[in-house]
Amino acid sequence: MYYDKLIFEISNKNRVGYSLPKSEFKNYTLPSEMLRNKEALLPEVSELEAVRHYTNVSFKNFGVEKGFYPLGSCTMKYNPKINQDLSNMLEFNMHPYSPAETTQGLLEIYYETQRILSELSGLDTFTLNPYAGAHGELAGLMIMGAYHMKRNDSKRTKVIVPDSAHGTNPASATVAGLTAVEVKSNYDGTVNIAALKEMLNDEIAGIMLTNPNTLGIFEKDILEIAKLVHDAGGLLYYDGANLNPLLGLARPGDMGFDIMHINLHKTFSTPHGGGGPGSGPVGVKDYLVEFLPKPVIKKQGNKYYIEDTNESCIGQISHFYGNIGVVLKAYSYLLTLGKENFHKVGQYSVLNANYIKESLKNDYLLAIDGICKHEFVFDGLIDKSQNVTTLDVAKRLLDYDVHPPTVYFPLVVHEALMIEPTETESKATLDSFIDVMRIVAEEARTNPELVKGAPYNTVVKRLDEATAARNPIVKYRDLLNQ
Amino acid sequence: MFKYLPHTTDDIQKMLEVIGVNNIEDLFSEIPTELMGQDLNVPSSHSELELYQRFTELGAKNKKLIPFVGAGSYDHYTPSVIRHIIERQEFLTAYTPYQPEISQGTLQYIFEYQSLICELTNMDVSNASMYDGATATAEAMFMATSNRKKDKILVSKTINPNIIEVIKTYAFYRNITVDFIEEKDGETSIEDFKAKNSKEYAGIIVQSPNFYGIIENYDGYREILDETKGLLIINSDISTYSLLKTPGDYQADIAVGDAQALGIPMGFGGPYIGYMATTNKLIRKLPGRICGVTKDSEGKRAFVLTLQAREQHIRREKANSNICSNQSLLALFVTVYLAIMGKKGLIEAQTNSFNATHYLYEEVLKLDGFKPVYDKPFFKDCLIETTKDVEAINRTLLEHGILGPLSLGKFDVLKQNLLLFSATEKRTKSQIDQLVSLLGAL
Repeated sequence: MYYDKLIFEISNKNRVGYSLPKSEFKNYTLPSEMLRNKEALLPEVSELEAVRHYTNVSFKNFGVEKGFYPLGSCTMKYNPKINQDLSNMLEFNMHPYSPAETTQGLLEIYYETQRILSELSGLDTFTLNPYAGAHGELAGLMIMGAYHMKRNDSKRTKVIVPDSAHGTNPASATVAGLTAVEVKSNYDGTVNIAALKEMLNDEIAGIMLTNPNTLGIFEKDILEIAKLVHDAGGLLYYDGANLNPLLGLARPGDMGFDIMHINLHKTFSTPHGGGGPGSGPVGVKDYLVEFLPKPVIKKQGNKYYIEDTNESCIGQISHFYGNIGVVLKAYSYLLTLGKENFHKVGQYSVLNANYIKESLKNDYLLAIDGICKHEFVFDGLIDKSQNVTTLDVAKRLLDYDVHPPTVYFPLVVHEALMIEPTETESKATLDSFIDVMRIVAEEARTNPELVKGAPYNTVVKRLDEATAARNPIVKYRDLLNQ
Repeated sequence: MFKYLPHTTDDIQKMLEVIGVNNIEDLFSEIPTELMGQDLNVPSSHSELELYQRFTELGAKNKKLIPFVGAGSYDHYTPSVIRHIIERQEFLTAYTPYQPEISQGTLQYIFEYQSLICELTNMDVSNASMYDGATATAEAMFMATSNRKKDKILVSKTINPNIIEVIKTYAFYRNITVDFIEEKDGETSIEDFKAKNSKEYAGIIVQSPNFYGIIENYDGYREILDETKGLLIINSDISTYSLLKTPGDYQADIAVGDAQALGIPMGFGGPYIGYMATTNKLIRKLPGRICGVTKDSEGKRAFVLTLQAREQHIRREKANSNICSNQSLLALFVTVYLAIMGKKGLIEAQTNSFNATHYLYEEVLKLDGFKPVYDKPFFKDCLIETTKDVEAINRTLLEHGILGPLSLGKFDVLKQNLLLFSATEKRTKSQIDQLVSLLGAL
């Protein structure tokens, strides 16, 4: 039976789900004018009621362990159990103000993770302070700004962003006080060199690229692009959302990128957690190290320490040192993969993507023909005569217990269906996905209304999103007041 | 063969045939050869057993301490249930709920989370979470400057210095001027606020309990701001609203802060969770994700992400915030915490922390060489001045497995002898008595 209760709706006065030791202290008092005057409506449930409630709520979700999750640009790979266990070790639950002499283990993990990320990316030094990819972009663009300011070149305020870029790129530029200017892409999403040349001038702070781009195509002219931008006085920022296919094979630092972020929750498999916590470490070349946000974790001799006095840095972007709990999981994953396997991550993620692409290109319209990297984009069905859209296809996939690909992104492909299988999926899983995609394409031809009416097997059917936006009900009390 | 890579040689061969290339390397032929094949100085692959050994060895390099400091990270008890719930794969391994039909689990807990944040803060609407309290406060500044179309903001000097640092960083790059309101007797000076406030400012950011643990009173702030149409932004450790007057009571425009004190482990500073709530009037200026109620095509109640036109993936360069991934799993964490602790448990945990901190304060002040700094009501951080050698104090405490108070000298050399202590419901009377006797023996 469908479980649709809210925790508030199973609450019962004077029921409890907690236990605390009896207080050993006398009661101190607060002036009454400082106390809240309206009681908060908090749940009152037993422990089992709470556990059963959230277990039933969880059944309404789809996770990587249930089935294939080829969500493009999100790198939904398997999240190993061991990473979770190790990050929960009580030895790592320290107060952030514990002196360095008592946190050498944590600092060593922090420092080693920075170092391994440097090796893998070809950037010289990393900070793990940023909390997410977008937060890393913000820090990285602040570094770009600080670099130009320090050189008294402060009219450089424009950041070039391809029209195929992730939406966060231009938003991050704005929040970092820079202006995003769009460069037109070639048909395959790569940078149009002629257009780029025209844009380069003394107001350009730099360029933000993800490589391979959002269409899954590697910028084969990257060395030329880097030279052009550097010669014009700009810096190159690498959006690490698409690092997975290059892991252990080619490094952004060697391509000429000066600054980058890595999404630990993507490439290094710390789970996505339904939308965080993530971690977005930022790496820079040597000449930008002074701008990294404080505090900075350093090593002297064989001792690790925290430095928070660096005057030329961009400032502080997090209360403490970032999402260390996420870093612990990434470190565990880095050690598990190790030298022997990094390049296989890149290779097999690309192999898997190309296998699906080739297997489905007779039913779905390939946006770009040819070899892709870890992901690729279909422009909907080839046969559009029945007006079955990408959204319809996505919803029909739900009935076959497959998480749909990313839809309607990148914006440059009208009916985009963006597929990223990741390296942890087997050929057998890919084959069954291919079968399902072919069945849906066949259904779209022979019984289009069936596809347009999907999904049928999910706990809820298609939702009325317009009403939700017109009349926002955003908390339990709004429901009570209805 | 490797446990996370299921490909057999036979699989690879068959896949390459379908693709129409001879070997995997052919899939990378467009990458300039000079970029390929770097020899990496990275560790070799660890088996699960070796990994356990490595982490055990690293764990042993940390020293477990009993903390008597808070200052933004509080050692509250975490009920066992929470870990089990948030590590269910359905929650842990899912991504952002872009496909609502198979993400009702995530969407429902976000809705419950928003409801709980609104209850505690007495505000109209909450988003689905922010990174931490400091970045949430900086985002509140953006919200205010954008809404009021002003590029200046007032910030009280009694706010936690780390939060001020983050505000300053975010403001600097976006050309927002931060002007400070002086403190008086450990509180925001309302006189200085009145003197400095003008129509040039988008509003004011204050914190209560403030960095010193002192509970500030914002009576009169609304009226002062109404004259200049400025916004009132109140930062707080949300757990204190179990007892204390709320932003809603002060008619604040934005409530922000950290929710770490709702049982999230100290974890060396993260992951924590920032919260952010506002009024119905400002709902369309709120950054981040918002979940709302709707119906499906059969009339069943369901949840969706709503008002997405505010967000970065739609607005791109016109967005006022770039936040997308937030701290979703921590939103679930605090939701389960509040369900388990419930109406009574939250108040009991916070009251016990309040009482423990006050007992600590009273007992330390009985010692020679320790005196009060301000005579003001405080919550679970308290400030004590000492004439003793601060380094010696913390060294001695450390030798006894105790993490002593934070010296404000970390932020201001003139405040070396001001010590910020804290105690939670986890501190026993005998632990506090031991702390006091160690301080007394110095």
